[in-house]
Amino acid sequence: MPSNPFPLSKERLLEVYRTMRTIREFEERLHVDFSRGDIPGFVHLYAGEEATGTGILCHLGDGDRIASTHRGHGHCIAKGVDVGAMMKEIYGKKGGACNGKGGSMHIADLSKGMMGANGILGAGAPLACGAALAAKYRNKGEIAITFVGDGASNQGTFLESLNLAGVWNLPVIFVVENNGYAESTSRDYAVSVDSFVDRAAGFGLPGITVDGTDFFAVYEAAGEIIRRAREGGGPSLLECKTVRFFGHFEGDAQTYRPEGEIENARANIDCLKKFAAQVTSQGVISAAELEAIDKSVLALIEDSVVKAKAAPLPTEADLTTDVYVSY
Amino acid sequence: MARKISIKQAINEAIDQEMTRDPSVIMMGEDIVGGSGSFGEMDAWGGVLGVTKGLYAKHGSRLLDTPLSESAYVGAAVGAAACGMRPIAELMFIDFMGVCFDQIFNQAAKFRYMFGGKAQTPVVIRAMVGAGFRAAAQHSQMLTPLFTHIPGLKVVCPSSAYDAKGLLIQSIRDNDPVIFCEHKNLYAMEGEVPETSYTIPLGEANVVREGKDVSIVTYGLMVHRSLEAAATLAKEGIEVEVVDLRTLSPLDLDTVLDSVTKTGRLVCVDEASPRCNIATDISALVSMHAFSALKAGIEMISPPHCPVPFSPTLEDLYIPGSDRIADAVRKTLQKGKK
Amino acid sequence: MSNITPIVMPKWGLSMKEGTVTSWLVTEGTNITVGMPILDVETDKIANAVEAPDAGLLRKIVAHEGELLPVKALLGVMADTDVSDADIDAYIASYVTPAVDEDEADAAPTTLRLDVGDISVRYARRGNAGGTPVLFIHGFGGDLDNWLFNIDAVAEKAEVIALDLPGHGQSTVRLPGTSLADMANFVARFMDAINVPKAHLVGHSMGGAIAAQLAVTQPNRVESLTLIGSAGFGDEINSSYTSGFASAASRKELKPLLEQLFYDPSLVSRQLVDDVLKYKRSDGVEQVLKTLSEALFPGGRQSEKPGLKLGEAGKRVLMLWGSDDKVVPAAHAKNAPKGATVELFDQAGHMVQMEKAGDVNRLLVAHVTA
Ligand SMILES: Cc1ncc(C[n+]2csc(CCOP(=O)(O)OP(=O)(O)O)c2C)c(N)n1
Ligand SMILES: [Mg+2]
Repeated sequence: MPSNPFPLSKERLLEVYRTMRTIREFEERLHVDFSRGDIPGFVHLYAGEEATGTGILCHLGDGDRIASTHRGHGHCIAKGVDVGAMMKEIYGKKGGACNGKGGSMHIADLSKGMMGANGILGAGAPLACGAALAAKYRNKGEIAITFVGDGASNQGTFLESLNLAGVWNLPVIFVVENNGYAESTSRDYAVSVDSFVDRAAGFGLPGITVDGTDFFAVYEAAGEIIRRAREGGGPSLLECKTVRFFGHFEGDAQTYRPEGEIENARANIDCLKKFAAQVTSQGVISAAELEAIDKSVLALIEDSVVKAKAAPLPTEADLTTDVYVSY
Repeated sequence: MARKISIKQAINEAIDQEMTRDPSVIMMGEDIVGGSGSFGEMDAWGGVLGVTKGLYAKHGSRLLDTPLSESAYVGAAVGAAACGMRPIAELMFIDFMGVCFDQIFNQAAKFRYMFGGKAQTPVVIRAMVGAGFRAAAQHSQMLTPLFTHIPGLKVVCPSSAYDAKGLLIQSIRDNDPVIFCEHKNLYAMEGEVPETSYTIPLGEANVVREGKDVSIVTYGLMVHRSLEAAATLAKEGIEVEVVDLRTLSPLDLDTVLDSVTKTGRLVCVDEASPRCNIATDISALVSMHAFSALKAGIEMISPPHCPVPFSPTLEDLYIPGSDRIADAVRKTLQKGKK
Repeated sequence: MSNITPIVMPKWGLSMKEGTVTSWLVTEGTNITVGMPILDVETDKIANAVEAPDAGLLRKIVAHEGELLPVKALLGVMADTDVSDADIDAYIASYVTPAVDEDEADAAPTTLRLDVGDISVRYARRGNAGGTPVLFIHGFGGDLDNWLFNIDAVAEKAEVIALDLPGHGQSTVRLPGTSLADMANFVARFMDAINVPKAHLVGHSMGGAIAAQLAVTQPNRVESLTLIGSAGFGDEINSSYTSGFASAASRKELKPLLEQLFYDPSLVSRQLVDDVLKYKRSDGVEQVLKTLSEALFPGGRQSEKPGLKLGEAGKRVLMLWGSDDKVVPAAHAKNAPKGATVELFDQAGHMVQMEKAGDVNRLLVAHVTA
């Protein structure tokens, strides 16, 4: 038995792999089903960015809260939201995570500390500050994390939140998922500083930039700042440089991306391939073990789609429920 | 006959012609060009649904892609308008108004009055409104009443390609801030549109169908639902008049009152949530100014008082359909004086 | 069953596809004569009476009041008494409304365009070439749709051309000049551009004055003249109409003005007002109309009267006037040149060619084919 040089046990490594693979297959499947016309509305896929969400969220428990983005499927899965319920939600069915009322852009599961994907960019940051404030009062060492894209990091709400978190010394982490684009606009056009760390510094927050496609880099950096936040050391910003394998949303022709960019990313900076190479080359995990996970993940996704398609539609009676509390 | 183009094309053409005519017209918004700063195609998007596609090629740097910072760029458009430019700010979905509302309702809307008539703010804020796109609660709202509530803002919501072009050109030339609401589910609708520039005054309703029995007062997508209802009712011998408000502020109450005075019955149809919306407003105004002309109580058709649901099944139930409108018309005919 | 004559929905003008029967003006059993108004039909453009194209005994009314029907739909049946009711019912049952051939309509554009100098002109041209064509010139603020009821009828007998004058209809919003001579010269240049050396000119209102002007200054371009409610024959003109029309900005202001054009104001449909409003709202139109109206009708008087010089031109002139013309007084007909044929129509206003389309068309055809 070779020794394990990684910061996680073999079981946890397999779990992490399973999470990342689940996100990948979930998104690949949606890509296909969407183009077939099975899925209504907008879907923004997280494929390519799995190591970011997973590397951070595997540090959290159900008592820790996250505020997600429009590109939220990966965050949901990594935070433990039920894949079957997510699929039903995306199909607009009863029994979906939000009973079909939210859809892809609004999946939430408060019991898992998932405060919702969000259709309003930048809106998650103040909410996470609120979650962190609540955690601070509860004083159990819980923290909050908000994700924001490179684009949405330009929102006033986000920048105000950096300041507020600093002023109140909140246990909140601001994760900038920098995939280089906001819709079709490049990060370099729209962000006035070279590094998001400089932005954090402007608000007196520590910041760090990592390769978001390297699970272990993310895992370690996140672990450090999360520990600090739990211990009362206050907020930080973590920039993860990552890559989007699909269009901004499904249907985006992506002519703004240079030719070969996606192919190159899929070939050379695929976080799942990187992870697999790392763990198998050290002999900690065998290729066969990973393949077994791949298989069971595919089965899980297939099952979730079959069940989502078979699930009942909401009815008129559902239309006006849950607007207000019912007593 | 004039050529037929879609509402989307009509909007593009209006912006194009005004940018050509008047160098002070500039436009800004997220991805209205698309591809800024990247190494692929420039003008890759032309807005999230391609409405402004091609304008960059003609007008270059007068179209500005913005960072994802609505408060900043909408505010900047307002500021530039107060200093002699005629900016068009595109907000994509009207739901995003939430993040920049101050710049609109405390700044743009107030300047003329608050500064004693000495300022003007010729800014147009374009945004998509309405449900039916499976875009869920934060990308589907019909927030028109939020804006009609604010004095100083003009609010426009066209229902046809002809109106879209003429109203947008007027909005750009208008010296007040205009919230220009584009129904995303009407973009593809085609109609005859002259190639030349023309204007439709703000504050002029349009009677899109004449009838003597019942008046329907509405705007936007609901104009088409109402016309469908009117066509069904015509087969039953009921002649419905459909008034398309087109501009919600200022309001053409005269045309509404003329119609109700003629028919004596009113159905207000509004895609906005039912409380304090355009339908309640029209109903109140008609009750106040033409009570004696009414032969029956006013009917109002709006969605239920809930956010827009995602599930297509629920969303289709949410949006008022022609059946509900037709039923309301029949109901008002059964009630009251003959 | 050749002894059965159908009455069908007419096609008025270029774009009509359907019409609503508003009311029948005759009952079953009426002996119908050619030209008799038999029913009122409303289209999205205009309402008007259908005049009988054929004579016969009206046996059966098929289209009911309020019915919206396509062009050529069966409205009623005429037949002699010796045709049995059963035969008539069978005829009605087997009648198939000929489909309006969309392809044909698309293939042959209803209007054409041509640049004359820096002005793009919209015009219509139909009927068989050969012989001297008939050129229709509309009036102030009008366009070629003013000849809605005339173009096709006359085109059966002669080649017909109708244009939108500069600054009017869908031609470029720019004037070649503001005098009648400028406009007449433009018409001549338009004729050059379409290779028409000479034409029977039909002018309405200001278009009549333009036609007269052309006949006076370039008589070789003019075969004959038909002048309808024509300007250019006297001082008076209804300035509340001309200046009001130029400045009217809303339906409310425009509708009463347009009603002054007709003997029967109910002919002014919503669509007609809308169409005029659409034209008026094009950039530059209001200015063009004001400029033209100030040049030709300053202070409510006509500044130019080429009609008074027509005698020297020696052309055959047909002059038609509505006795209730509220824009250009019918009294000006007394200034018609010697030898002109003058017809006054009762119960007709300024738009005689619409209100008395059948009569006008008959007189016009006879005049240009004589
Ligand atoms: C307030 C607001 N403005 C604009 C949008 C439209 N929008 C949705 S996603 C997006 C780009 C987001 O870019 P980024 O933050 O980098 O996230 P990514 O999509 O790359 O994950 C935009 C502009 C929105 N949903 N909300
Ligand atoms: Mg991004």
